[in-house]
Amino acid sequence: MADNLSLRTNPRLDDWISIEAEGRIRVRSGKVDIGQRISTAVALIVAEELDVDFARIEVQARETGVSPDEGYTSGSMSMEETGETARLAAATARRHLLDLAAAALDADADALQLSDGLIRAPESNRTTTYWELIGGRTFGIAIDPDAPVKAPQAYRQIGRPRVPLGMAELVAGRARFVHDMSLPGMLHARVLRPPHYHARLARLDRRASGGLKRDGLELVQDGSFLALAGSDEFQVVKGLAALARAAEWNRGNGLQTGDLYARLRENPRLSLPVIEGVPQKQPIPPPSPPPEGAVKSLSARFERPYQAHASIAPSAALALFEDGRLTLWTHSQGIYPLRTSLADLLRLAEDDLHLVHVIGPGCYGHNGADDAAVDAALVARALPGRPVLLKWSREDEHAWEPYGSAMVMELSASLDNDGRVIAWSHEAYSDAHTVRPRPGPGRVGPSRLLASRFLAEPIAPQVPGPNMTHHGGVHRNADPLYAFPQRRIVKHLVRELPLRTSAMRTLGAYANCFAIESFMDELATAAGVDPLEFRLRHLADERAQAVLQAAADRLGWRGGLRAEGRGHGIAFGRYKNTKAYAAVALELSIDEAAKVRLERVVIAGDAGQVVDAAGLAAQFEGGFLQAASWTLFEEVHFDRDGITSRDWESYPILGFDGVPEIETVLIDRPGEPYLGAGEAACLPTAGAIANAIHDATGLRLRRLPFTPEALRAAALA
Amino acid sequence: MVELTLRVNGAEHRVDVDPATPLVYVLRNDLGLTGVKHGCGLEQCGSCAVLVDGVSTMSCVRTAAEFAGRAIVTIEGLAADRLGRTVERIFIDEGAAQCGYCTPGIVVAVTALLQAARKPTRSQVIEALAPHLCRCGAHSRVLAAVERLVREAESDG
Repeated sequence: MADNLSLRTNPRLDDWISIEAEGRIRVRSGKVDIGQRISTAVALIVAEELDVDFARIEVQARETGVSPDEGYTSGSMSMEETGETARLAAATARRHLLDLAAAALDADADALQLSDGLIRAPESNRTTTYWELIGGRTFGIAIDPDAPVKAPQAYRQIGRPRVPLGMAELVAGRARFVHDMSLPGMLHARVLRPPHYHARLARLDRRASGGLKRDGLELVQDGSFLALAGSDEFQVVKGLAALARAAEWNRGNGLQTGDLYARLRENPRLSLPVIEGVPQKQPIPPPSPPPEGAVKSLSARFERPYQAHASIAPSAALALFEDGRLTLWTHSQGIYPLRTSLADLLRLAEDDLHLVHVIGPGCYGHNGADDAAVDAALVARALPGRPVLLKWSREDEHAWEPYGSAMVMELSASLDNDGRVIAWSHEAYSDAHTVRPRPGPGRVGPSRLLASRFLAEPIAPQVPGPNMTHHGGVHRNADPLYAFPQRRIVKHLVRELPLRTSAMRTLGAYANCFAIESFMDELATAAGVDPLEFRLRHLADERAQAVLQAAADRLGWRGGLRAEGRGHGIAFGRYKNTKAYAAVALELSIDEAAKVRLERVVIAGDAGQVVDAAGLAAQFEGGFLQAASWTLFEEVHFDRDGITSRDWESYPILGFDGVPEIETVLIDRPGEPYLGAGEAACLPTAGAIANAIHDATGLRLRRLPFTPEALRAAALA
Repeated sequence: MVELTLRVNGAEHRVDVDPATPLVYVLRNDLGLTGVKHGCGLEQCGSCAVLVDGVSTMSCVRTAAEFAGRAIVTIEGLAADRLGRTVERIFIDEGAAQCGYCTPGIVVAVTALLQAARKPTRSQVIEALAPHLCRCGAHSRVLAAVERLVREAESDG
């Protein structure tokens, strides 16, 4: 079995499952629900392996000291780590309970019959139940990684449609987000942000701040960190406008402007070769001349701007500081790492912090959640004994979240006489993608929390080193799954770039696959081969071939549409080359205003053994639609004075009027390991759209996003 | 401060508020109706939609005072309404939410649409949903739910 960090870190059965006396099964997971329905999938797995009704399963809220520490909910790891651990935990529990039952019923464990927690010895007809055997007590054993799990043919729960846990509450508005919490005596709070990262408070008009006090508002100041709290939320919002007028900022040199893509190629950088998906600490090989047998050589450059998570709700957190202890309700993706880094920032003992996860808006990576939690903690610490619900504004979220990094990809390849790629080179230039507040040496954790740099005793953000992991940040999916005999993959971690960045859904994979999948079409054209056929002949992996073929078949692929203003496009990706497979085939049209309209989309996905088909399909569809939005609409704009993409008008996204007809084909692989699927569909999306635009217009777009302005500029070029 | 009487979910509520207070703050904080979501405060995302005299209306900019005497129904109030319950049931069945933050506003908009036109056309559906942003990409599931609602309305005659 592959190494499972969640299991290795939390090896005890009691970390994961407990059986209550009243017949409920409690499951604990450190991975949080962020709209991806992980609780539903885990509950299904445990119900299946324990042979109990789904309704008996309760997935506990995540909180420090109770939930297993599973780090961050990120990287499409939840099914592979939590799902697999829950399966083994339940299988271990089932065997243990059957052994206990065999002793209690004086029967052979193998002969026992099991139904919804009721265990019957057929010979004596004596019965017992899980809850009689162990209800309310601990197992006291370790999870057995080799515990026998059910064969897929025996599944009775998995494969049946289920209403996802929490769905009814979400739809009816009964679900409580962090934003909706209320405690007696609670204060509402807002932060006054500087104009941009480098601005610091020069002067605060004390008369104005005195006026706030008279209005019953509390000003919290620590260096350039300014926040306002009060019992009436709208008065706080109004007061914040007054506070903004009272604050004068030293703006320094402002944000760097100029040609972002030139900076990406020319700034100081650290360059590493990537071999089999892993960066190597050695000099990068020089570009090699086309090899012998090359009949055509192509090269192209692809570009992606900064893009935003742009969560639908601004981040929020509720904090209470009492008797030297902090309780924090947060929608962070990692309550344990945040606890450690926040304790470091506040100079508190980790045990004096209690973090509780409460649902928030979909985050798609490292958005403002952790930073808002820190802001709330700072305000609560200044106002001990009062619960503080701190919310960011729309502008705060758009302008202060850490963005998905801008990237440049330079590709070149050579074809032989048979239309085969015989050499391939991919260089990816980008800032860091994983700048989460993970604890580490030299106070690196708190240095990555937004407020830290603005405090009276600031902690400056540390420059991240290169992510050296398999398919880590910049180089995620830079190494294609295609079977090319010779490949040269280079990662350039570029320094001194203008905007704050961190993990956004897929890290570098979305942009790398955009480049790879666009370039594959360019090569197919050069080789005179159908783009589908060209991909298939370069893939040795049958599951990769299967998703491509399924997507093509359902769309009715015929090598492109070759119709005026309408086009077909196809593309493929396997997340990190180890997780779920996804292919997208689509048809689009382009109207007279040069606006791209997605008409019909087929997504074909393979995530191994399917547990919750509806939840899985939702992940593929959501991944496609979000990536389509990045591709057609999204770019973070900024100038010297700060971020100018500050709301939904200045940062437009895909709306209901742009949603195509979508068909999702899931290829189930019974008995195969679960493969993380939260990000896979983002990979082929931009390439499929770019290829379809080329089919429709003959224009090859290599810079995202494909706005009408970009299409018109390409047509004129 | 000004004293207002708001008619919300069939009951009258007296509130004493700053006259500049947008309706959403009053609904959420004074009346505890936190199913109404605050998403942008700019009438750009639709999370805060409520029914006002049957029309889906954003509540994050216009003041509470503007709505005095009007019939306001929030997502919480839809449970008392047959159509509202049907919309919710079909949304749950179709899994038409991911994170769910935008969902109450969308459910309100769909209920308003179906109240006004029992069998809306596709373009009427898109028009009704266009003011609502969803970031997770649950759009296709939402559209599937609405299509099913329309189909069921048709089969009911």
